[in-house]
Amino acid sequence: MHSHVVVMAIFAFFVSLVFSVLAKDTPREQARLGGLMFAGFMLAGLVVSWLMYPFPLR
Amino acid sequence: MSPARATAVEKEKSQPGSLVLLCLASWAIPGIGHIWLGRRAKGFIFLIALPLMFAIGLALQGRLFSFDSSDILTTLEAAAQLGIGLLYFLAGPFGFGKGDVRAVTYEYGISFLIVAGLLNVLIVIDAYDVALGRK
Repeated sequence: MHSHVVVMAIFAFFVSLVFSVLAKDTPREQARLGGLMFAGFMLAGLVVSWLMYPFPLR
Repeated sequence: MSPARATAVEKEKSQPGSLVLLCLASWAIPGIGHIWLGRRAKGFIFLIALPLMFAIGLALQGRLFSFDSSDILTTLEAAAQLGIGLLYFLAGPFGFGKGDVRAVTYEYGISFLIVAGLLNVLIVIDAYDVALGRK
């Protein structure tokens, strides 16, 4: 499991799952909030990674 | 609120000792507090998700920190990881949580371990609120 994107997706999945189950009571609301949160995490991660792309590693 | 849940809430309000016990149980085993209060579906999701997240953190070569008064950051990391409850104490004796700084996923593993602990603290607070009838 050395892929950064896969690890980020797993992390985003668990955090979204716990937050959505904590915040909402019905499965429908939980699925909606969880999906939105997961998509937000992934999108933000990808945007930030592309913004950092031009910077040198050292 | 269902009658069974209303009874559980009233019981928790009238017995402060059991409220402490509820929070301790909820901290020790993620999700147990919600199951205790009749919110079984939520409890079982937490019971599966948080130990799994913690285990993934260990599998990613994350390190479990111990309290070190000379290093505030290490102490904060240890406090966050301690939030997961009994698993924090069980992982060490079984040889997990030593961490391998050379591993590509070392930092990711630490992040998983810290966030699993902090999420469990949120779950304890949520169980406390449910017990008091705030949710």
